[in-house]
Amino acid sequence: MSVSAPARGSITTRLRGRYDRNLWFAVFVGPFVLGLLVFVYIPIVWSVVLSFFDAHNTVTPSKFVGLGNYLDMIRDASFRSSLLTFILFALFIVPTTFVVSLGLALLVNRARFARTFFRSVYFLPTACSYVVASLVWKLSIFSGVRFGLMNTVLGWFGIEPIAWLSVTQPPWYWLVIVTARMWLQAGFYMILFLAGLQRISPSLYEAAAIDGAGGWKVLRFITLPQLRATSTAVLLLLLINAFQAFDEFYNLLSSSGQYPPYARPPLVYLYYAALGQGQDFGHGSAGAVVLTLLIALIALGQNRVLGLGRRED
Amino acid sequence: MANIQRSGSDKAGSVIRYVVLGVGAVFFLLPFYLLLRNGLSTEADITSPTWKLFPSTLHWSNISDLFSDPAVPMARSLVNSLVIAVVQTVGVLVISGLAGYGLARIPFRYANAVFYFIVATLLIPAAVTFVPSFVLVSSLGWVSTLRGLIVPGLFQAFATFLFRQYFLNFPRELEEAAQLDGTAYWGTFWRIVVPNSAGFIAAIGTITFIGSWNAFLWPLVIAPDQNSWTVQIALSTFLTAQTINLPQLFIAASIAILPLVVMFVFLQRWIVEGVERSGISE
Repeated sequence: MSVSAPARGSITTRLRGRYDRNLWFAVFVGPFVLGLLVFVYIPIVWSVVLSFFDAHNTVTPSKFVGLGNYLDMIRDASFRSSLLTFILFALFIVPTTFVVSLGLALLVNRARFARTFFRSVYFLPTACSYVVASLVWKLSIFSGVRFGLMNTVLGWFGIEPIAWLSVTQPPWYWLVIVTARMWLQAGFYMILFLAGLQRISPSLYEAAAIDGAGGWKVLRFITLPQLRATSTAVLLLLLINAFQAFDEFYNLLSSSGQYPPYARPPLVYLYYAALGQGQDFGHGSAGAVVLTLLIALIALGQNRVLGLGRRED
Repeated sequence: MANIQRSGSDKAGSVIRYVVLGVGAVFFLLPFYLLLRNGLSTEADITSPTWKLFPSTLHWSNISDLFSDPAVPMARSLVNSLVIAVVQTVGVLVISGLAGYGLARIPFRYANAVFYFIVATLLIPAAVTFVPSFVLVSSLGWVSTLRGLIVPGLFQAFATFLFRQYFLNFPRELEEAAQLDGTAYWGTFWRIVVPNSAGFIAAIGTITFIGSWNAFLWPLVIAPDQNSWTVQIALSTFLTAQTINLPQLFIAASIAILPLVVMFVFLQRWIVEGVERSGISE
């Protein structure tokens, strides 16, 4: 379809386009683009600028420090440990959530009775916030005292109460953090897998049945390969979400304004660096830029390895 | 679906499946039960050395105590959360719906460039931008205001992207019939497209509402003042406080999830459909 305006005519006619199309495009898309420009693009550019300046307690750049903030961040042991925390967290959360949500999807998909009920039950935690989940996990299930649910259960087996969130050796807090997020997220990814399972042609399973293949073989040679695109998307989403972990770390581990030195994922680190007592926006911005670049690198790398978006049929 | 082979051993397999599903369901529902149980208990019940499945008596008065406690701005926080979530949901539906339709249907020479401009922001992890966004919003003087909490969340690139994909697949015949009448884009959109897209709009609306109601990092950063707390911030503050009134905290959390659970039960079908149609897993 030809989009260009007629060659002749006044500038206003040309700006408006044929049938005023340009004008209507501006009316429909304009507000959104303008908002994006002001509330996403300008802050990001501003942040990149600030990252080269010394900006304590002020959002206007004062003293140019070049790459100083970046060097400080990379030299900062606690910033590096925040990245390590993310890697550890991702190593726990990505595979477990993947397996649990895939498992639930396979089970729910084959259930002929009460299928909607089970789907709803597993999906329901999606409506819950990290704050509420943290509250139940920290004060009820994994509270480090004898009356906590988990310690009560352990007590039945004669095991002494465990201080789940306040000991670093052994680091039980990982179990608390990972299970909370898994409970919140597994149902959402289960829905994605269910959608993927619906799209697998029944004729593939019929062919497998004729060949006498069943159980694991069907899963291994039909279901999993057919779910490849979904799996890639789920992995990528899990990883991106893990990188942005903040809510449950903050709510599970901090107490009355204090945060323990261990288990600070990058966003918690940035929160305290930029908005803590120093209001150090220069370093905070440099950290945000480093993080963004890292996430982009990981996403690209994963894309290379797994081939997201590659057409498969 | 996957139940072609039906043999004797499959019956046993089916029983095992239901046992696993059932046990899993209990574990997934347990946290909801604990919220209610603790919320309707006394402090002594919760901290009793022998764990109780049911509270000895149901303390419904915990609810009125919560709302009459002057130290806990619960009512205010709930109202703030409701206003923010409703305005953001309506705003996102209008702004992203219009943009998605424009991108999908109105021929414009630079439409592709505009589309890339939008999609590029999806690659930037939203939470990482909290530092620059704080810098901008605070320099506008919007700290601890509803504006500061609401406005930056109105421009959701992902919602626009989903609307565009959806409108690309919207049957053109319906719109063409209207356009023969001489109805322009504006009229076609509101009179033909919107009424015929109720399901998808409900899906995006529900997802936006949940995200807005449950948002934590942005309200934490931008609303330090008690009057502008959202319900999540209020809960978090009591959760990390030095002295905690356990039943009060749990009943507050139960009240905080109530609107979403109700919404979820009624709109789940559309959320699932919306997620499935989002094309994430294609």
